[in-house]
Amino acid sequence: MNTRLRPLAMLAIVLAGAPLFFPNSYVYDVAGTALLNAVVCVGLDLLIGYAGQISLGHAGFFALGAYGSAILTGRWGVPPATALAASAVAVGLLAFLIGRPVLRLKGHTLAMATLGIGIIIHIVLKTESWLTGGSDGLSVDPFRAFGFTLAGERPWYWVAAVLLLAVMWLTGNLVDSPLGRALRAVHGSEVAAEAAGVDPAPTKLMVFVLSAMFASLAGSLIAHKSGFITPDIASFFRSIELVTMVVLGGMASTWGAVAGAVILTVLPQALAGIEDYESILLGAVMMGTMIFLPRGLVPSLAAAVRRRGRVS
Amino acid sequence: MAAGFWSTDAMGAPLIQYLFAGLTSGAIYALAGLGFSLIYNASSVINFAQGEFIMIGGMTAASLVAAGIPLPLAALAAVAVTVVVGMALEKLAIEPARDAGVVSVVIITIGASIFLRGVAQLVWDKDFHSLPSFSGDIPLHVGGAVLMPQSLWVLGVSMAVIAWLWWFFTRTLFGKAMLAASANRLAAQLVGIAVKRVLLAAFALSALLGAVGGVVVTPITFTNTDAGIMLGLKGFAAAVLGGLGSGPGAIAGGLLVGLAEALAAGYLSSAYKDAIAFVIILSVLVLRPQGLFGCRGSDRV
Amino acid sequence: MLLEIAGLTSHYGRIRALEGIDLEVAEGELVALVGANGAGKTTLLRCISGVQAATSGRIAFAGAELGRMAPERRLGLGIAQVPEGRQVFAPMSVEDNLRLGAFRRRGSDVAADLARMYAMFPVLEAKRRQPAGTLSGGQQQMLALGRALMSHPRLLLLDEPSMGLAPLLVAEIFAIIQSLKAAGTTIFLVEQNAAAALAIADRAYVLETGQVVLSGSGADLLADPRVKEAYLGV
Repeated sequence: MNTRLRPLAMLAIVLAGAPLFFPNSYVYDVAGTALLNAVVCVGLDLLIGYAGQISLGHAGFFALGAYGSAILTGRWGVPPATALAASAVAVGLLAFLIGRPVLRLKGHTLAMATLGIGIIIHIVLKTESWLTGGSDGLSVDPFRAFGFTLAGERPWYWVAAVLLLAVMWLTGNLVDSPLGRALRAVHGSEVAAEAAGVDPAPTKLMVFVLSAMFASLAGSLIAHKSGFITPDIASFFRSIELVTMVVLGGMASTWGAVAGAVILTVLPQALAGIEDYESILLGAVMMGTMIFLPRGLVPSLAAAVRRRGRVS
Repeated sequence: MAAGFWSTDAMGAPLIQYLFAGLTSGAIYALAGLGFSLIYNASSVINFAQGEFIMIGGMTAASLVAAGIPLPLAALAAVAVTVVVGMALEKLAIEPARDAGVVSVVIITIGASIFLRGVAQLVWDKDFHSLPSFSGDIPLHVGGAVLMPQSLWVLGVSMAVIAWLWWFFTRTLFGKAMLAASANRLAAQLVGIAVKRVLLAAFALSALLGAVGGVVVTPITFTNTDAGIMLGLKGFAAAVLGGLGSGPGAIAGGLLVGLAEALAAGYLSSAYKDAIAFVIILSVLVLRPQGLFGCRGSDRV
Repeated sequence: MLLEIAGLTSHYGRIRALEGIDLEVAEGELVALVGANGAGKTTLLRCISGVQAATSGRIAFAGAELGRMAPERRLGLGIAQVPEGRQVFAPMSVEDNLRLGAFRRRGSDVAADLARMYAMFPVLEAKRRQPAGTLSGGQQQMLALGRALMSHPRLLLLDEPSMGLAPLLVAEIFAIIQSLKAAGTTIFLVEQNAAAALAIADRAYVLETGQVVLSGSGADLLADPRVKEAYLGV
């Protein structure tokens, strides 16, 4: 139990201490967004890194969460907390229905299928403007619960931090549970997993559903946080960005998912002054990391630190 | 994509119109799909930068023509530039990562795609560019449908390129060596085929296919630096639909995707034409994961 | 010496497959390498052809160090291999398989070589347009052999040419190997069928868990009680 809680406690300290170095509310804002992206990535990492199943369509689930909350609260006056939960459940159900047939696919066909799902969601959000506002986007009411209104960059940072800790605690338990061992077996070899008495299909499906629900949760909160959403949050590019966060930070490493999310959220902001070069730098970072650190930043750095420790 | 494919001026015989539009866009998807299959066969890599080859081909030709260079020369130069980009991509980004896993290489090609798009935005701009139609814009009337002569160019050039590819792979020793390397990598090495050169050639050929598609379709659809994204994804869809790695499959897959979305755009909803293409692909994948024509491993390009 | 190997070691990941191999093949010789499954025989051939990296040691061919030379350049020097399990290009025609054997020699006298192969293996000519994958095991073995011969090898490496073949075909394959030797080809033959291999070999080596444990003339090893017990089932 202690070994499981120690990294979590470390993350809590980092998250609590980081604001000491935040010069202004803009940094809080970016940090809050980064942490919500990290929530998506922790779930996606469970799918890619532990279960070995790729998804190039997770932005679709993220966007459904965002639009679910926006539409339920904005059009039908549903309380935000209820809307958030209802969206997450609906997205989970959708992922369950889609996942059953789709997760039988492997490798590149699975990539194609998930990519297709993401694109379909994107197009639906863009086209059904009577409901979603179409390409013009949709404004979202602030998050209100128990008489409080969540407003301002600082409170949002703390909400995102707490949610990330909760999600990491949940996945930490999951990775160490019998299901977690089953997951790793699925990644290693499905034949081996079956031989060991683990049926990979329900395990993969459960992780797919869970990761979709994490994405939906983060999407709902981002919608309330930013106050305005467009269908572009469901774009193929956004799905790729999420996968890149996971791979860049390091697969099968929850810390890696967080690091990747933070880096790829902060990087474009840091590059804001040189917008013309943003894509070039992002592309170069993606290629460079995969060529020189194919296991991702965190596992590669950890290995380097261990090597130095052994030498000295 | 601009409205060129989907003009519905014709009062009668819309079906012929839709079929023709579908074949025209399908030909471009087929070329892109062949590009995916070629590289997949040579290296088991999905090259998500395939769409950028189409974009670079179209943009280069458009800007050269705008600079006063005659169209045929501009087209040749555009193809040459794209082939060089494709080979550079293989040398600088794919070859150094030979030992990385599949997901890592997918990220590399996606990174390359974003990188190339960024460079293109620096070199050009985000506006739409066009090329003059190769043989004028006087529409042809066939059975009540209105056909643009450029569509015939798209179909004709695509068929010519595919015929040339067929000749290359069945009649030249190097083409056969490329097939051999995808059929049995070890045996290919043991007869003295340099696998590195095969991979380089696969990227060069894929870039060529993309660039040719980009040049011939630009007079119809126009092009901008983002034009490669959807075209590339449709090409991937075509390749997977036909069975990844199968040449005839990629061609059939491309035409099917093109026809399906043209019919969907015509009879259902033009807003959903992209979505419907993907719905069809999803259903096919779920029912036949190996693709329509794939039979696992055999029947490669 | 045509082929000289000294202190060759090779690994698959952390598993050591070869451990300090010393071995020689002279011009015109037929040298056999026998040993049990997993002794490292195939690994040794893969190292000679350059498709598997050596960890240490040296391989010299006709006096030139091979080092890390790429496989295709070794083929250019005259090292051809018939790999274990034939490894024909299954979807391609028999004739294309043969032509690809001459890939490093481009053009020149390929037609004459094809005619020579068809004369040696008439069954291949009858099936020259068929996909190689449709041939029987014995026919595929002949095709793989013909494909290697198309490169005009100075050294022919044969990996388990008799594996999985009916006794009659095994005899035929061995007769072909003998006729190749008679025509002056240098052959390095890896076989589990130790009796047949030792019977036609000038010299032979016995490989056990990555090390050469015995060597001598084919006839001597055939008579060696240790070989008899371990490999000949006597």
